[in-house]
Amino acid sequence: MIQNEIAISVQKLTKSYKNVRVLEGVGFEVKTGSIFAMLGSNGAGKTTIVKILTTLLKHDRGTAIVNGFDVASNPEKVRQSISLTGQFAAVDEILTGRENLIMIAKLRHLKNPHKVADELLNRFVLTDAANRRVSTYSGGMRRRLDIAMSLVGKSPIVFLDEPTTGLDPEARIEVWNFIKELAGNGTTVFLTTQYLDEAEQLADRISILHKGTIIVNGTLAELKKLCPPAKIEYIEKQPTLEDIFLAVVAKKEEN
Amino acid sequence: METINIYFFKDMGVMFGRSMRHIFRSLDTIMTVTISPIAIMLLFVFVLGGAIQIGTDNYINYLLPGILLMTIANGIGYVSYRLLLDKQRGIFERFHSMPIARSAGLWGHVLVSLVSNAISVTVIILIAFIMGFRSPAGVLPWLAVIGILGLFTLSMTWIAVIAGLSAKSADSAGAFAFVIHLLPFISSAFVPTNTMPKVVRIFAENQPVTSIVDAMRALLNNQPVGNDIWVALVWCIGIMIVAYIFAMRIYKNRG
Repeated sequence: MIQNEIAISVQKLTKSYKNVRVLEGVGFEVKTGSIFAMLGSNGAGKTTIVKILTTLLKHDRGTAIVNGFDVASNPEKVRQSISLTGQFAAVDEILTGRENLIMIAKLRHLKNPHKVADELLNRFVLTDAANRRVSTYSGGMRRRLDIAMSLVGKSPIVFLDEPTTGLDPEARIEVWNFIKELAGNGTTVFLTTQYLDEAEQLADRISILHKGTIIVNGTLAELKKLCPPAKIEYIEKQPTLEDIFLAVVAKKEEN
Repeated sequence: METINIYFFKDMGVMFGRSMRHIFRSLDTIMTVTISPIAIMLLFVFVLGGAIQIGTDNYINYLLPGILLMTIANGIGYVSYRLLLDKQRGIFERFHSMPIARSAGLWGHVLVSLVSNAISVTVIILIAFIMGFRSPAGVLPWLAVIGILGLFTLSMTWIAVIAGLSAKSADSAGAFAFVIHLLPFISSAFVPTNTMPKVVRIFAENQPVTSIVDAMRALLNNQPVGNDIWVALVWCIGIMIVAYIFAMRIYKNRG
């Protein structure tokens, strides 16, 4: 069963906006249950790929198969197989966190929207803020709610477009843990990011998109082989600013 | 396609509930919508009204239909604004990547526009009563007036949908309402058209507001309605159909 092993299959995908070529023959595969990270700088075409795979945008040529369904000829089936967390937290600010989740659960036609909402609130540590309007949430809380909304209905494939952009280091690590947990439960995760360490931390496979084509695709170990072989050098390991920040914040919380 | 039809009304109901919460959590929008029609009503009745020759002594009876149309023209500005926010915040993208009827998102906003404008119009009518508005009309003419107002709201709302979907900023989303707002001034809403210069009069007598206002005025005063009501209906339904087709085309082309 090819359908069971390969969650996403993309071949020779091209897309132009008017005269600007954004994608020039992109191809890759994502295995079911894995975390696939697409790395690239701003404007590389990452979001365009996400939009095509989530049926928000039509491509010009090539094929894109998601969960065994062609995005061009069978978008309805694709939508039943996926969920999307876009680049900006797509939450309704005037509703409360709980109402946001209940709304999505109802739109997914689930049997018990309130129960689903409560479970996700609990899992994403939002229970205390559940009845507050989202406009009062911090950036990290919004992102958690946003991801929680994408998990309503347990879609087999989840797209996360730059899920940690704009988050502080703690919130970032929180999001990473949720993503790992998700993949641990068998969900396929397609992730775009511009942070190298994020891809390194999370992804089973990484592909690097540059100017509309994929220039590298492989596991982290495979990518490392592309560099000259490692030499052994002894250097003092200085803590990064991130290490310092996290250490200081943790200390403060203990007190 | 079958499943879409089964769930269409359910999805629309969820969207409707969402937008209704928006309205009841920002009741100040109803205030903003009604305040300028109330001011204009006060100005025309107590300042200018005495000098306006309309042939009857109760000027507010003459004025009210035009004020009601202005109220609706004010109210639909919020439809554009809310649509723009949904578009900018990525909420539409979330909905569109889910297996729900696509136009449900739009219909939610449209139905809510009907409800919120009904509230504003009721407020204005109550204030008009306090200011001395009286109508000898029975239930049927009142129902006809409500029907005309409903159709007018729908036709204007679909224009507002076009503006909201094509706008790039909140300023441009509301700009079109200004034009609609001006139309009652060049019509029979405030003064009879027969004192206007010929060119203005030809425009005034053949634009939608005049026939709609004249039809409502006749209904509320228990006078024969004549052709006006049919012209008014043709205008409302015609604008509604054309605007609906354009709005849907823009909405679907966005992905």
